[in-house]
Amino acid sequence: MSAALALGDDALVLSHRLGEWAGHAPVLEEEVALANIALDLLGQARVLLSLVGDEDELAYLREERAFRNLQLVEQPNGDFAHTIARQLYFSVYQHLLYERLAAGDGEFAGLAAKAVKEVAYHRDHAEQWVLRLGDGTEESHGRMQSGLDALWRFTGEMFQPVEGLDSPESGVDWQALENSWLAAVTDVVERATLTLPAGPRSGGWAAGAGRQGLHTEPFGRMIAEMQHLHRSHPGASW
Amino acid sequence: MSSSTDWPLWEVFVRSRRGLSHTHAGSLHAPDPEMALRNARDLYTRRSEGVSIWVIPSTAITASSPDEKDSFFEPAGDKPYRHPTFYEIPDGVKHL
Repeated sequence: MSAALALGDDALVLSHRLGEWAGHAPVLEEEVALANIALDLLGQARVLLSLVGDEDELAYLREERAFRNLQLVEQPNGDFAHTIARQLYFSVYQHLLYERLAAGDGEFAGLAAKAVKEVAYHRDHAEQWVLRLGDGTEESHGRMQSGLDALWRFTGEMFQPVEGLDSPESGVDWQALENSWLAAVTDVVERATLTLPAGPRSGGWAAGAGRQGLHTEPFGRMIAEMQHLHRSHPGASW
Repeated sequence: MSSSTDWPLWEVFVRSRRGLSHTHAGSLHAPDPEMALRNARDLYTRRSEGVSIWVIPSTAITASSPDEKDSFFEPAGDKPYRHPTFYEIPDGVKHL
């Protein structure tokens, strides 16, 4: 069941980060779009975590080291371009992965088939904004490039095979997934008149680390806020 | 960024899944038609499948003037030959 935990934690953590935008997005319409994406992800997280155990306990009572999400999704929002860079990297990955899961007959085929439509929209949303910001003003171009550069080193981890989805029967060929991801991201980045970041996609310390429960420093603060109420009033129902 | 020139107003028309025609649903701000469509989808359809959305820049719509209400809309009620009321409508005809 560790695959459900890993995919569920990705969705839960990214959903929380996007929720932090509420009331702060550049325009009202974008506020609704980000909230919509956050709600989609939260729904996915609930289904996935319910496969593992009690969704509330898993979300609110686990320590940082027990979370299995990618380090990419726990990164702070930064400016709007930074958030969009994170959305691009993750939603292309999630879309390609869920397409493969939906096409297979594994335990995730059903929920992936439902989620893949949502994720296709998340991907479209991110791509549209990368194109607009990259090919926008000098200022937006610079910020979009900074966002892509800053998060690049977290992208290698996505293609460490997830435990439980690492056999040929799972229908996921991780090398092929990575190749498709690179091709798709390169295409969008170049159309947006931006440059694909050149640095390494993972370091020794980052490769697969989130999946092993090793997280970056901002993550502790994020789950402290997320879990605060539940920990203050254990056993309460709402 | 969100000045009225960069983010003009759009009118949104939505046809629901079993709806017969597009109905005005509201308006929104967006920089271009593609973004207007996506915003409309988030704001007005809740992503139910099978709906159709039209977005139109508000500046492209010409409205009738309230001052001309009488000459535009006052029907010539005393001229019955203007109204197609002298036909038998077959039973099978719907939506007439």
